[in-house]
Amino acid sequence: MSTTAVHSLWTTAADPIAKIPAPKIEYGQLSPTLIVVGAALIGVLIEAFLPRKSRYYAQVFVSVVALCAAFAAVVALAADGYGTTKAHIAAMGAIAVDGPALFLQGTILLAGLVGLFTFAERRLDPAAHGNRVDSFAAQAASVPGSDSEKAAVKAGFTTTEAFPLLLFAIAGMLVFPSANDLLTLFVALEVFSLPLYLLCALARRKRLMSQEAAVKYFLLGAFASAFTLFGIALLYGYAGSVSYARIAQVVDGTVTNVDPALANTMGNDALLLLGSALIVMGLLFKVGAVPFHMWTPDVYQGAPTPVTGFMAAATKVAAFGALLRLLYVVLPGMRWDWRPVMWAVAIITMLGGAIIAITQTDIKRLLAYSSIAHAGFILAGVIATSKDGVSSVLFYLAGYSFVTIGAFAVVTLVRDAGGEATHLSKWAGLGRRSPLVAAVFAVFLLAFAGIPLTSGFAGKFAVFKAAADGGAAPLVVVGVISSAIAAFFYIRVIVLMFFSEPRPEGPTVAVPSPLTTAAIAVGVAVTLVLGVAPQYFLDLASQAGVFVR
Amino acid sequence: MSFPLLTATAALPAVGAVATAAVPAARRTAAKWLALLVSLATLALAITVLVRFEPGGARYQLTESHAWIKNFGVRYELGVDGIAVALIALTAVLIPFIILAGWHDADPLETGSRRWRPTQGFFALILAVEAMVLISFESTDVFLFYIFFEAMLIPMYFLIGGFGDRAHAQGEEAAATQRSYAAVKFLLYNLVGGLLMLAAVIGLYVVAGNFSLQEIAQARANGSLHMATSTERWLFLGFFFAFAVKAPLWPLHTWLPNAMQESTAPVAVLITAVVDKVGTFAMLRFCLQLFPQASKWATPVILVLALISIVYGALLAVGQRDIKRLVAYASISHFGFIIMGIFAMTSQGQSGATLYMVNHGISTAAWMLVAGFLISRRGSRLIADYGGVQKVAPVLAGTFLIGGLATLSLPGLAPFVSEFLVLVGTFTRYPAIGIIATFGIVLAALYALVLYQRTMTGPVKPEVSAMPDLRARELVVVAPLIVLLIFLGVYPKPVTDIVNPAVKQTMSDVHKTDPKPSVEAAK
Repeated sequence: MSTTAVHSLWTTAADPIAKIPAPKIEYGQLSPTLIVVGAALIGVLIEAFLPRKSRYYAQVFVSVVALCAAFAAVVALAADGYGTTKAHIAAMGAIAVDGPALFLQGTILLAGLVGLFTFAERRLDPAAHGNRVDSFAAQAASVPGSDSEKAAVKAGFTTTEAFPLLLFAIAGMLVFPSANDLLTLFVALEVFSLPLYLLCALARRKRLMSQEAAVKYFLLGAFASAFTLFGIALLYGYAGSVSYARIAQVVDGTVTNVDPALANTMGNDALLLLGSALIVMGLLFKVGAVPFHMWTPDVYQGAPTPVTGFMAAATKVAAFGALLRLLYVVLPGMRWDWRPVMWAVAIITMLGGAIIAITQTDIKRLLAYSSIAHAGFILAGVIATSKDGVSSVLFYLAGYSFVTIGAFAVVTLVRDAGGEATHLSKWAGLGRRSPLVAAVFAVFLLAFAGIPLTSGFAGKFAVFKAAADGGAAPLVVVGVISSAIAAFFYIRVIVLMFFSEPRPEGPTVAVPSPLTTAAIAVGVAVTLVLGVAPQYFLDLASQAGVFVR
Repeated sequence: MSFPLLTATAALPAVGAVATAAVPAARRTAAKWLALLVSLATLALAITVLVRFEPGGARYQLTESHAWIKNFGVRYELGVDGIAVALIALTAVLIPFIILAGWHDADPLETGSRRWRPTQGFFALILAVEAMVLISFESTDVFLFYIFFEAMLIPMYFLIGGFGDRAHAQGEEAAATQRSYAAVKFLLYNLVGGLLMLAAVIGLYVVAGNFSLQEIAQARANGSLHMATSTERWLFLGFFFAFAVKAPLWPLHTWLPNAMQESTAPVAVLITAVVDKVGTFAMLRFCLQLFPQASKWATPVILVLALISIVYGALLAVGQRDIKRLVAYASISHFGFIIMGIFAMTSQGQSGATLYMVNHGISTAAWMLVAGFLISRRGSRLIADYGGVQKVAPVLAGTFLIGGLATLSLPGLAPFVSEFLVLVGTFTRYPAIGIIATFGIVLAALYALVLYQRTMTGPVKPEVSAMPDLRARELVVVAPLIVLLIFLGVYPKPVTDIVNPAVKQTMSDVHKTDPKPSVEAAK
């Protein structure tokens, strides 16, 4: 009986062993997560003890420092060789420190940092009673339209709790793709989901819609979590362990020491199939794949736009990381079972996202359906089941997340009297009024459409190449067709911005602070660099393409 | 390391485009001159390429090769053969005339906005298109070619959609709608073609492991790279579809009349004389070299489609009421000839097709630009709105006639030589197709001459009675093009000398020899 595994707690309970071995935790290797969690806790303390006036600056400062420090820690770990030669499993088998984990953590941290910039933007909304305000509700607890809300606005309250919530979400996302047992996976899932549900409800404008979105997201998310948890229980019944390595061994049939208490169910294929299907379902929900995508448009539309941008980018990165690890580490022995299913999911996701997007009239909903289509493209890379597949997905995620945050940051700039003007008809003629903003948004749309010389093309090429190499040529053809369909609605927005006459009462483009400007500039720069000279990043992704088992 | 001449030729207009776009809103004229100077400097570089190129030398010359994206097996590889040199020269020659002809096309109607800079944008986009077209002619790496083949669509799209013809019967609102319809149609057709090609490009990589045209062609030739017959055919179809949309070949042609009709005359010339040539050029360079067996397999079908293009395009041109649509359908007919020449798989046919690309570029430019000058004077594109122009504006009418005669391949003007070569080359292998294709020439005479007769002769219509003749700027545009047409019509040897060796090599790629007895009299 292995004494290092966590599950020995339960399986050895009957034995007369008095000593529980002290857990050995490699704090250095977990430092990125620990830094972010620590900063989130400090953020909570700031909310409790600092005067209201200085909270914003303190929160932004702490968050920026924490994210930078955590990113530096990731880089240091990677430079130390933890991504390649020294990759191993830390924290008593709970956390994997390997290439994909570090690459995705780095991506999430940078996306989080850029997302933080858009969170901290306070110049776009007109000042309320002389106080500068951000995109978040004055007081989340006050009923929309009530007197207490008016009082809160008048007093200049802002929900600076958004920053610690963001940090908690990031911390959960950092653990999610590196979780190496099912319980850690589930805890990480909840740690990043709960703050996101809250953040979705915090919009300053259109609060009812925002709260509706949050409730929807929470309810459906809770369902998905329950499914995941049920799947975890079934898999535990199947393998007698929650550890990835152990389950993989049972799947492969290489296990020798069978626990007598579980001998009846162990190796029961029904448990394995049901359990893994339920867990994958939960992950596909987070990814936003058809048919688990129903929440995406409503939540993307209702949530405060900075939250939407961050969520669209970082959740996808984290969830695809976890999905990859699950399929590549736990279930590689079952790939003949899950590949046909994933094929079907990828095909309907690509086509579904692209086709439904055509009819959208709201820019945020349009981007939501586009994100569904992109989830389908990424799934094509996941299906490749090769090292190339992993690295292409990593590269795609890195490129995609910056385009997404940048695009949503541009959406926050186009405003009229009611806040952000997200209805497409209001974007008519934007290219005449503000050529630069329209041009930047056009760059993002072209990247989404996968036009050459943008990161979107390099990423799409990488995943399609991996898929074709892995024998999924029909999937590539479907991908190419849905790219063509998707191109139609991206182009439609460009037509609207540049070739339509501006409306007389159309929206104006707010002049942002350097924060949002920086977020957009980073988005454009990453999009073009990954499009024109992707070599370095492709190398990085392909070095990081091996999971530790 | 020697001076990277090919890179410089393509990079100069790209840099020029950025510089032109950055000129402040008020300095419109400066932007125009800057764009013109850049295009002339590019022409100088293109002439250097022409001079440095040795027709009898290595197949690909002036080569450059650098690592680019190692993970995808992509290299930055440039090199030109005779066919590419001829088309590079054509592009570089036409762009200055296009810029000059469009001198006032993008002047803003309202000058109020300080940030809206249509003029700068117009000329910057033209230079950007030039840069991308040049690099697609130069690249010998399939991936590199694909990237610019696709990216080219974006500036073209803005040129069509953003700067339409102001001569519009139904007013500005309707014009804007039809313009953006034409632009979207253009983009979607080409994007779908391009994306199918992307699937084929990925497939090629899976089969071959790299993208180098020379390496793959060599491996194919010496048998070290085997492709299953069905694989080769699918890949060929993926590539050919994209090129056939671009060229355009019937029945994928319907975007061209819309695009040419709605865009300004210089942009219409840019589409049909320059950008579309990338499609036919790529058929010669990529389809035939990479997939010789599949090319031969598809030849009968492609020849029939080309034949339909020739006759159908010409017939529709006869029936048009809109001058620009007429030119567009005439172009479709001519592209039919070019594709027929390529797939006839004879050396006359292919040299003729290459020569045809050059000559069609020049003749269409002359015809269309004069038509554009005519249209801008009257503010209407309808043939019925004109009559008796030759009495009022004799120079305009005369140049229009020469453009029309060139289009119908009058002996003594350049297109005659190429059309004759294509027909001879086709006839020696496929007599029936050659004979039917000759009807295209008869119909060409009909549409070109009837257009002239209806617009230029007859009683002078009151609306055109005050029409001014060609201005100095317009003469500078038209005169050199006509000189070129006459020169290449009388003495095509400079072009054929450059083109012939490259054609011979392409022929040997597809393992085809000319049928006996060969008709050498055409030279």
